Amino acid sequence: MTPLVDLRQVSVTFGTSQGPILAVSAVDLAIRPGEIVGIAGESGSGKTTLCRAIMGALPDEARLSGEIWFAGTRISGRPVAEIRRLWGREIAMVLQNPMTALDPLYPIGSQIDEMIGVRFGAAALPGRALEILRSVHLTAPELRLRQYPHQLSGGMRQRVLIGMASATRAKLLLADEPTTALDATIQEEILVLFREIRDRSGTAIVIVTHDLGVIRRVCERVIVMYGGRVVEDGPTEAVFTAPRHPYTRALLESLPRIEGEEIVLQAIDGQVPDPSELGDFCPFSPRCRLAREACLAKFPGETRVTGAHRVFCWAAEQPP
Amino acid sequence: MTGLLLRRAVETLITLLLITVMVFGLTRLTGDPTSLLLPPEATEATRAAFRHAYGLDQNMFVQYEAFLIHLFEGDLGESFRLHEPAIGVALDALGPTLKLACAGMALSIVLGMPFGIVAATSRRRWVKRLGRWYGSLGQALPPFWVGLILVSLLALQLPLFPTSGYGTARHYVLPALTLAVATSSSIASLTQANLEEALRSDFIHMERVLGLPEWRIVLKHALRNASLPIVTFLALQFGLILGGAIVTERVFAWPGIGQRIVEAILGRDYPVVQAIVLITATLFMLINLAADLLYLVLDPRLRT
Amino acid sequence: MNAGTVTPAAEQALPRRRRLGRWRPLQSPGLPLLATATCAVLVAAAVLGPWISPYAKDSVDLANAIAPPAWQPDGTAAHLLGTDQLGRDVLSRLIAGARISLAAAAAATLLGGSIGVAVGVVAGYIGGLADAVAMRISDAFLAVPFILLALAVVAVLGSGFGNIILVIVVTNWPRYARLVRSEVIGIKHRDFVTLARIAGVPPARIMLRHILPNTLNSVTVLGILDVGRAIILESSLSFLGVGIQPPDVSWGLMLADGRTLLGFAWWLTTLPGVVIVAAVMSFNTLGYWLKARLDPRAGA
Repeated sequence: MTPLVDLRQVSVTFGTSQGPILAVSAVDLAIRPGEIVGIAGESGSGKTTLCRAIMGALPDEARLSGEIWFAGTRISGRPVAEIRRLWGREIAMVLQNPMTALDPLYPIGSQIDEMIGVRFGAAALPGRALEILRSVHLTAPELRLRQYPHQLSGGMRQRVLIGMASATRAKLLLADEPTTALDATIQEEILVLFREIRDRSGTAIVIVTHDLGVIRRVCERVIVMYGGRVVEDGPTEAVFTAPRHPYTRALLESLPRIEGEEIVLQAIDGQVPDPSELGDFCPFSPRCRLAREACLAKFPGETRVTGAHRVFCWAAEQPP
Repeated sequence: MTGLLLRRAVETLITLLLITVMVFGLTRLTGDPTSLLLPPEATEATRAAFRHAYGLDQNMFVQYEAFLIHLFEGDLGESFRLHEPAIGVALDALGPTLKLACAGMALSIVLGMPFGIVAATSRRRWVKRLGRWYGSLGQALPPFWVGLILVSLLALQLPLFPTSGYGTARHYVLPALTLAVATSSSIASLTQANLEEALRSDFIHMERVLGLPEWRIVLKHALRNASLPIVTFLALQFGLILGGAIVTERVFAWPGIGQRIVEAILGRDYPVVQAIVLITATLFMLINLAADLLYLVLDPRLRT
Repeated sequence: MNAGTVTPAAEQALPRRRRLGRWRPLQSPGLPLLATATCAVLVAAAVLGPWISPYAKDSVDLANAIAPPAWQPDGTAAHLLGTDQLGRDVLSRLIAGARISLAAAAAATLLGGSIGVAVGVVAGYIGGLADAVAMRISDAFLAVPFILLALAVVAVLGSGFGNIILVIVVTNWPRYARLVRSEVIGIKHRDFVTLARIAGVPPARIMLRHILPNTLNSVTVLGILDVGRAIILESSLSFLGVGIQPPDVSWGLMLADGRTLLGFAWWLTTLPGVVIVAAVMSFNTLGYWLKARLDPRAGA
């Protein structure tokens, strides 16, 4: 099956006044239509940059190398104007902060109508906005249409935004930390929406987050990133129960858990790498218990654990 | 929202009151106010009557009270030179000045805003730099000098417009242009700065991502969000335009408050000066209040 | 936002030279040279005036009246920038004008600034009624367009060098008061102030030794920007005939004099104006540069 999104040796470097910063290094990735994928990593891991790269929304200071293919066409290297035509049609995105993602001066209904009008034409308008609000289970949808963004809570606004994004009938929906700014109680409900959208319209969904709980809840596949590299990639269940990369293991172990009567907090020793000091070696090696010479000399090649599960670690040949 | 409005109205009232105190205080600065407020040839009898009417032989509070009472009755003294009530002279002169100020303001917006929009949306550095430079240049150009240069170029060298006077539409052009130079540059620079900031907003990014065309984003969303502070700014600018108009009127012999006040000063006709200051200040404050009202109307966040 | 280009290796794709970071308005990485140079020249002209001008400011030379600047066909080298209708040398008068205009602007800025800062510090620190009253009063002053206020004061007190300074002070002190007051409100809750207060330091000393020095940065910036405003106000008043009076020289006064010959002797109206613009722009540029440098929040 042709992948929906195909990244081949993609690297993104930022030119700054202090020198080049490698945000994403040599990533090979394929996302199939209708998949729900989670990209997990701490801040600085490159996950947001990767997300932007897929979208074609990198800032001017970024240099991209490698190729990005979408729905069988190469989009990397294309002029901005061409790529922007995909936005809101083939690719949609939900941003992190719902509080500032809607124009404060216009009512919700008018903003939804505007998007529908642009995307589908004026004929599609009647009742569509209401339908969209219903599809994301927003309470009192008729009232919401007339209300302004500041009158809605963060969770409600995020529903509106997700509704708008899915209403575009895009093939790919990217969500950058969609629940981070929301209360824990609301997060669950929002995540359910993503499943519903995929089940209803076959949209592929990529969720970028540092929260492993989110990934476990809704993603079928998880891609773990560290220091700009993909270090592990496989079905969520497999990766979470039997992680093969030391970083993934450490990440899972550092999740606060209750053992008996104690709350156990286990941190990972060391610090996130300085992005200006990355190169062709494993970025996790300074903090890794299993590190050896080879790790510092060259970034590991791909090891296939199963057909769908791969890991990038010199120590991966030996199971834990 | 009405609470906010009420508070602003009260503040305006207090400030107006303070301005009357200031004007009142000015006349008492140099000792005997009758030398300021009565013509030099006034007889002693007239002076005595005046002193009585304004309570000049009593303490300051009484005097101020008398001053206010006369003010509310519309009596601000009589112009020595013109033998008319000073307030009449001031009001007559206000008309032409307001017309000029409006023309200047309109021209400034027409010249300045598009410039600011282009500078904000352009991706080229030199355009942005030009925008900022234009903004600072405008502040440095004294209006009377601009007026002189314009007269010299467009009325004398190329007789396109009249050098001075009041009456036809053509008479408006040079004075309005003079005023517009300074104000349009401030408007351009503010529009540019605010629009650039608005274009960096999250919701703008979101709208792009949802596929809305750029022109729509800029004009309908970014500009509207950017223009809120511009509204209050325009009100403030009106005060500056009034100030600029005062000087410009001398260059173009425009029969407005600028002309009248300078004539009054040179002719030692203080009642007219007083009247003009009070009326203009009141007008300016009312415009500011109106701008606040407009802001309330435009920003739904303030309404609830 | 661009989708980038296809390059073999990311790092090699980057340009060698470093980017300087975001561009700031009217600012090069260092001191704005042209502006500083212009200010220096003007200040030098003001200070050294009588010693460097080729002629006395009112030396009349009717034989050479209305002579154009030296680079024009009818100009003479004896009068580099030409002469006016009384044969007075334009360059010398510009230098003399620099002395008056800059002195007036500086004096007014210092005086107005001092008063405004004093009011602002006290109002901000003490708060309460004193603050409310002070702010209402300065609002009232700010409410009247400053030229109007200036004219009103001139009407009562008359014109001339001293009165003009007073007039400018009347219009500029509220800006300092407001600025300082809002700064002080921010500062007075900081730890070092609280510590001083607990230690029993008298309020006057706190204000003088702890609060005041912390406002000096923004006050200096405002002061520099104010010089430009003062120059414009003074030249406007002088142009109107109610500012600096003869035999003193002011750029504004020169413009008023030159106005009668508007179509013929362009240099009499253009040159003083150019000098005014150059002076104001230079001080403004310097002020904004200083502001960007001193304020950690401004800039990219």
